[in-house]
Order: sequence, then C-alpha cells, then structure tokens
Amino acid sequence: MSFNATLRALALAPVLGLPAATAFAGDYALTIDPVRVETADFSRMGVGFNGSTEPTVLRFQEGEEVTIRVTNNLSEQSSVHWHGIILPPDQDGVPGISFPGIKPGETFTYRFPIEQAGTYWFHSHSHFQEPDGAYGAIVIEPTTREPYRYDRDYVVQVADAHPHRGERIWRNLKASPDYYNREQRTLMDLLSDASEKGLGTALADRAAWGDMRMMPTDVEDVQGFTPVLNGKDTAGNWTGVFEPGQRVRLRLINSSAMTFFDVRIPGLKMTVVAADGLDVQPVTVDELRLAVAETYDVIVRPTRAEAYPILFESMGRTAMVRGTLAPEGQVGAAPEVPPLRPSPLLTMADMGMMHGMDHGDMVHGNMGGGDMGGGSMAGMDHAGHVMPDGSTMAGAAHDENASSAAEKAMGDMTDGMAAGGGAGHVMPDGSTMAGDAHAGHAMPAGGHVMPDGTTMAGAAHASDPFYAPGSGLTPTAADGGKFLSYADLKAAAPLFPDREATREVELRLTGNMERYIWSINGVKYEDAPPLRLQYGERVRFKFVNETMMTHPMHLHGMWTILDTGSGQYDPIKHTVSIAPGTTVYTETEVDAPGEWAFHCHLSYHMAGGMFRKVIVEGGPRASAAPAAPAHSHSHGG
Amino acid sequence: MRRMTLSAAVPAALIALAGPAAAEPLAWNFNAEQFEFRTGDEDLLAWSADFTAGYDDLKVLIRSEAEYGLEESAFEKLETQARLATPIADFWDATAGIMVSTPEGPDRVYGVVGFHGLAPQWFEVDADAYLSDKPFLRAEVDYEALITNRVILTPSIEATLPLVDDAGIDRGGFAPIVEVGARLSYDLVDRLVSPYVGVHYERAFGESGDRRRASGGARDALFFVAGTKILF
Repeated sequence: MSFNATLRALALAPVLGLPAATAFAGDYALTIDPVRVETADFSRMGVGFNGSTEPTVLRFQEGEEVTIRVTNNLSEQSSVHWHGIILPPDQDGVPGISFPGIKPGETFTYRFPIEQAGTYWFHSHSHFQEPDGAYGAIVIEPTTREPYRYDRDYVVQVADAHPHRGERIWRNLKASPDYYNREQRTLMDLLSDASEKGLGTALADRAAWGDMRMMPTDVEDVQGFTPVLNGKDTAGNWTGVFEPGQRVRLRLINSSAMTFFDVRIPGLKMTVVAADGLDVQPVTVDELRLAVAETYDVIVRPTRAEAYPILFESMGRTAMVRGTLAPEGQVGAAPEVPPLRPSPLLTMADMGMMHGMDHGDMVHGNMGGGDMGGGSMAGMDHAGHVMPDGSTMAGAAHDENASSAAEKAMGDMTDGMAAGGGAGHVMPDGSTMAGDAHAGHAMPAGGHVMPDGTTMAGAAHASDPFYAPGSGLTPTAADGGKFLSYADLKAAAPLFPDREATREVELRLTGNMERYIWSINGVKYEDAPPLRLQYGERVRFKFVNETMMTHPMHLHGMWTILDTGSGQYDPIKHTVSIAPGTTVYTETEVDAPGEWAFHCHLSYHMAGGMFRKVIVEGGPRASAAPAAPAHSHSHGG
Repeated sequence: MRRMTLSAAVPAALIALAGPAAAEPLAWNFNAEQFEFRTGDEDLLAWSADFTAGYDDLKVLIRSEAEYGLEESAFEKLETQARLATPIADFWDATAGIMVSTPEGPDRVYGVVGFHGLAPQWFEVDADAYLSDKPFLRAEVDYEALITNRVILTPSIEATLPLVDDAGIDRGGFAPIVEVGARLSYDLVDRLVSPYVGVHYERAFGESGDRRRASGGARDALFFVAGTKILF
C-alpha cells in the first residue's frame, strides 16, 4: 500500500464514517432553459433551470450514486458545474477542461458518487449563463447524525440579478470599466472633503488616487443590480415559516455574479454550523459576509411570534434584499427594510500600501515589527501600473486614510481610543503600524493591545486579520455585536491529517482595472501555462492580493484548507475570499488526478483572465483514458 | 502505448473543440462621444464616433468624424478611419491605420500612426501623425469631471498642426487649427444615452486662418451645441 493510498484511506475515513458502499442510486433530470427574469426594477430574458427563476434544489444522500440527465434547451453551448462537490474530473462540468460542454438540444448524463454531505450549489460554467440566472442548490443528507439540531430547513440562495445580460455587462466593462460604478467621488464629495479637512488635503488625496488612475470607490464593479433571494426580490418577499422556539436552519448560498453580501437578521443571533458545506465548530454571530460562491449554514432560534427580516446588504452598500422569517399565522408579513449603510471607501491599505504586513505571518503570531519598513511598498507594483513615488503618495494620502480608517474600520471603538487607534492603523512609517498588526493578530482571542500598551476589550469586531489593517472594507455588525471572521472558523471534523506542506506556490492576484484584465502573477488565462501539481503532494498556496478588489478564489476537484492558524482545525472550504492588500495561505491535499479549473469566482474577473487550468499529474488514474467509470474514483472529501 | 494515446486523444480533441474554458470573450462597443447640433454663424450637424471590436491584444477601430453644413447641405468635414490598436503600456495603446477625408472639395488619404490612453489624473489623450505628402499632427485631450455621478462636465481640446502647406483644404504649414469645447451631460439611460449641452469654439491660426478667410469663411467660430453621447 503506497503512501498515497494510505493518505486517501485516512482522508476518507472521517467523511464516510462507515466503509463505503454504494447502497443506492438516484436518477435526476435538469433542463437549462431560457426564462424571463422579472423583478420590481426590470424584466429581461435570462437562463434558469427547469424553466424557472426560482432555483432548483437537488437533494441527494451521502453515499448515493447519482445520475443526472441535463438537457440544454438554449441556443448556445451549456454545462453544469457541481460547485464544491468532490467528483471525477470528467464529471466536473467545465467546458474545455472536463468535457466538451452540452450542445444546444443535447442531453448530457452526469454520473458520480456522493461522498460528502452539506450545502452546495450548481451553476452553468458556460458563457455568461450563470450571471443570467443559471444556478441552483444542492442539499446532501449525511449518513450520520449531524452534531446540531433543527426543526426547519431552508435554502436561502442570493444572487445579483442585473437588468443587463452578462454579455452586455462584459462589453460595457471592457469599453468603460467604471460603466456601472455610480459611487464615484464627485465634485460634491470634493467640496465636502475640503470643508472637513481643508482644500489642500482634499486635493492632495484626489491627486494621489488620480496619479494611480484608480478609484477609492471601486468596491463593486457592477452596480445597478436587484438582489434576489431564491429568485425573489424584496417585493417578492421570500418567506420561511417557523413556530416560536423552533430552531431554523438556513442554508445561505451566494450565487451572485459579482456581489458579496453581508447577512443579518435583526433580533436574532445566527449560529454558524457549516462553511462551504462542511461542519464547523459552532460560532454565534450577529452578521456575516457571504463571499461570491461561498455557503454558510446558520441556525437561528426565534422565540417570539413575530416576523423577522433576513437582510442581505451588498458589501458596497448599493443594494439590499429582504426576505422574512414569519410565524405560521403571519405569512405575508413584510418587516421594514432599514436604509443602506454608508458606502465604504478603499484606503491606501487596500491598495497594498501595507504589503509588508504579511497576513500569513500575522495569524501565526511571528510578525516582527522590523518587517514593516522596506516591505510596506511591496504592493505598489499593483497591476503593473506606473505608480508614483511611494513616499510622496503615502504622505498625500495619509490624512484621508486616517480619517476614513477611523470612521470605517474603527467605527466601533469607544471615543477615547478612536482617534489615536485609527491613525495608528494607517501610519506609513513602520513603527506605529507594527503595533497595530499585533493588535489585529490578538483580536480573535478577544484582546486588543493598543500601541500605547493599554488593553481594550470589546474591539474584536473592529478588526479582522483577513483584511488589511486600515482597510476600508473591514466589516462591522450593523447593530454592534459580533461579525464573523474567517479566523472564527474551525473545522468540526478535519478531513485530512495535519502535516507540513510539501511545496509552496505563490499566486499573486493581479489586474489592470482600466483594461478590465484580471490575472494571476501578471498573466491572464489565455497566456498562461497550466499549473501542474503532483498527486500526493500537499501544496501550500500563498495568495497575495495586489489588486484593490476582493477575489473569491475557487479550486475545483479538491478541498482548500484555509490557514487560520488553527492547525488541524483549520476550516476546509471550496472558495476562499482574498481581501485587497492581504496575503492568505491555503493548503490542498492533491488527491484528485486530472484537469481542473481554478479561478476567481467573480464572473467578469474569470472572463477577464483570473483563471488557471490545474493539472494533477501522477496518481491512480493518470494513464487511464479520461472516460473511465466514475466509481473507480473515490478520493478524499 | 500507442492505443492508449489514441483513446486519450479522442476526448481531448473533443474538449479542444469546445475551446478554452475561459477563452477571452469578444468585446465590442459603439461610442459616440459627440453627436450634436451646432448653432452659431452657421448651423451644423457634427459627430465623433468610434466602433471598436476585438480582444485585449488586438482591436479593430473604425472612427467617423463629421461636420455637415445644414444650409449648404454639404460635409465641411468627413473623416473615416480604420485602425488596429494594440497595448504598449498599462494605460496606452499604439494604433495604426488609414484615414480618408472626403468632404465637399478635395479628398485626402493618409496613413495614420499614433497612440491613445489615459494619462495620470484621468486625462484621456489621443495623439496621431497623419502621413502623406501633406502630413499633419493632431492631439486631443478630454477630461470627465463628475459634478454628480450622473451630471458630467467634459472639457476637451483638439489641436491640428499641418506640417506643410495644403492650400486645397485651407491649411498653412505650422499654422494650427484648435478646437476647444465643454459639454455638460446627464446620464439618462445608464451610459447608453447621455444628452448634453455645451459650447464649441474653433480657431484657425496664421496661414490656415488667412486661407479660410480667403475662401469666404472665418478664422474662428463659436457654437452652442446640443446633442447626446451614445455608448453601446
């Protein structure tokens, strides 16, 4: 028995619990159809499964051998990718990598074993069909009892339905990358900045961004959408029913093309029990950020007989959708929708000004203050753009940063601390920042050591080690309280033995916003050779986000272990969001031979080139024909 | 061994037929930065529009610029260009192609080489050399100032510098022709339709101005303009 086989056996054991046996098989059918998408704001043709804009939910059993016949009723090639499902490479549904795609009028039969449980989803991987509406949900019942209880179970799948079809959005972004940005800074903003900080500072800040030809408002590339829950906008009011005292499981899935959503249910705490399908040690929060393509399972327990709003507010604060949790007798109740919170502004920290602050080092606790000086400008080759002299720009932007960081990231700190602490976040000279970096590191544990040595409790939600210190994007809960961080996620049952990575691969996330080209290590997909991995190795990916946008990176076919510093309890995901100006490490047990896709899950970043083909070389299937039967393949997960 | 290669090759070929997984989708657009009625000493219909199609590495650009005199029912300016554009730096493209000028009066054909792109502080720049036995240089700079996110003021300046005399079209060597304008637009439907009002001023200097006067025109002209930007 080879090392690899042993590894696979070890990896399988905790998932299956019992010896694997294909106990039963299920047959399913899906059609991919042209459908009319209707919201209160627009009506247009789009794409849907089974003729509906309401997402289809496929319900499988762990251990089941599924057969899914997918018929393409569109006039162009289509496909279905089973997002997060571990399966043979020829069943993964990526045209050009897994299979040739499904031609118009044809039916393709997928067959694969279900070796996992939890909440997942599926979507077309062809053209811009997913942004046009081609997505659905997957719910897999486990063979063993889950370590949490619930009385009701709902899929809540959000998407950013847009009045323009994907192909048109793509063309518009290529013609004018700010086409959909209606949150740009205007003359009016300049005047208000000038009255707050003085004209000189306001102009200098404008000049700093203008010199880079970048925008601090570039949080959401594509605005103007109408968010929908299970296909329904706020007026459509998707409603889940409960009886007071019941535990309600909500399977939150973000199937948006481009939009991150912050999710909250005012009046209820959410207990996160699973992330990307796999159980995590329960953590109770007031709000969480659902990156594109991620899923979280949360359990809420409404005790009063009243209707609660479920709010999905976009990260850029340009749109919100409300669904409802209503007691039996109050179906139809439409709780009030609160106003949108102020739009965040990116800071120079998000621009990679603080690349010296290596997040991987931070979460491992070996951050040294001495790292700061020279490295702080490392990100300044962002997108390969011509950047101004670093010191000049840092100086010019400093006041703005201090102010916006204090307002945004540090907004929850009590008065005495706000000014000093906020400024400390963004000082371009290493010393002050270093102190703050340590504070950020300490936060998940609950303490906040200020640069002056005092300790401040209760500031944990004002910082998050997965955002650049001083970032304008660091989330805080709407009504105070706890906002979920990746640092809070701990796997309930690790899938893989904890071992040292055998190799590190650096992936710099890069782009040219003005041309709307997105790339990895400065090279877009069309120009890049495949990324070759060896079967049996454990690869450590070092993601360095040098762009000003947040990228949800998704590796097909294999699990992604997110390094949060929790060792063997690091959470296991299929999609990991990398915030601007941060470095994040993930590890993958390379246990799935074949060819796989690896990309940013923002639809237009993927089309723009932030994509790689991954080839896993070696392993049991390496020399077999690609059409080998699916059941011979049963790797970890 | 050979059999295995063959059996692997068939599905591989089928997959290749589907094209790359994320082959760069074609992008095209029609962008009319000016499509307007000009009124002053005379009334004109004028436009400046680009059609672009292609990929990151190579694009085709078709450009039409015209001024049509409504009283004499004749084109005072009618330029049609076909160019290829390719990136030379993050914010800059090099372009090359052909321009034919076919207004009322003598026609001209030029080869054109130049570059366009985005300068720091968001100035959009076009700079071109028009090559023939009567060559000239032309540069244009635009700036979009956001009053609000939908009300946009666009000042622009364009300068044409003949390098030699071309009496047939009223140009004197090194006697520039300058156009300046300012247009206040409102994004009515997305950025698809953005109506505007503004002013447009044109002046021919030196020998170019003298020749215009000699043919019955004026050295300079001031227009009030109303029109719409179109981006599709």
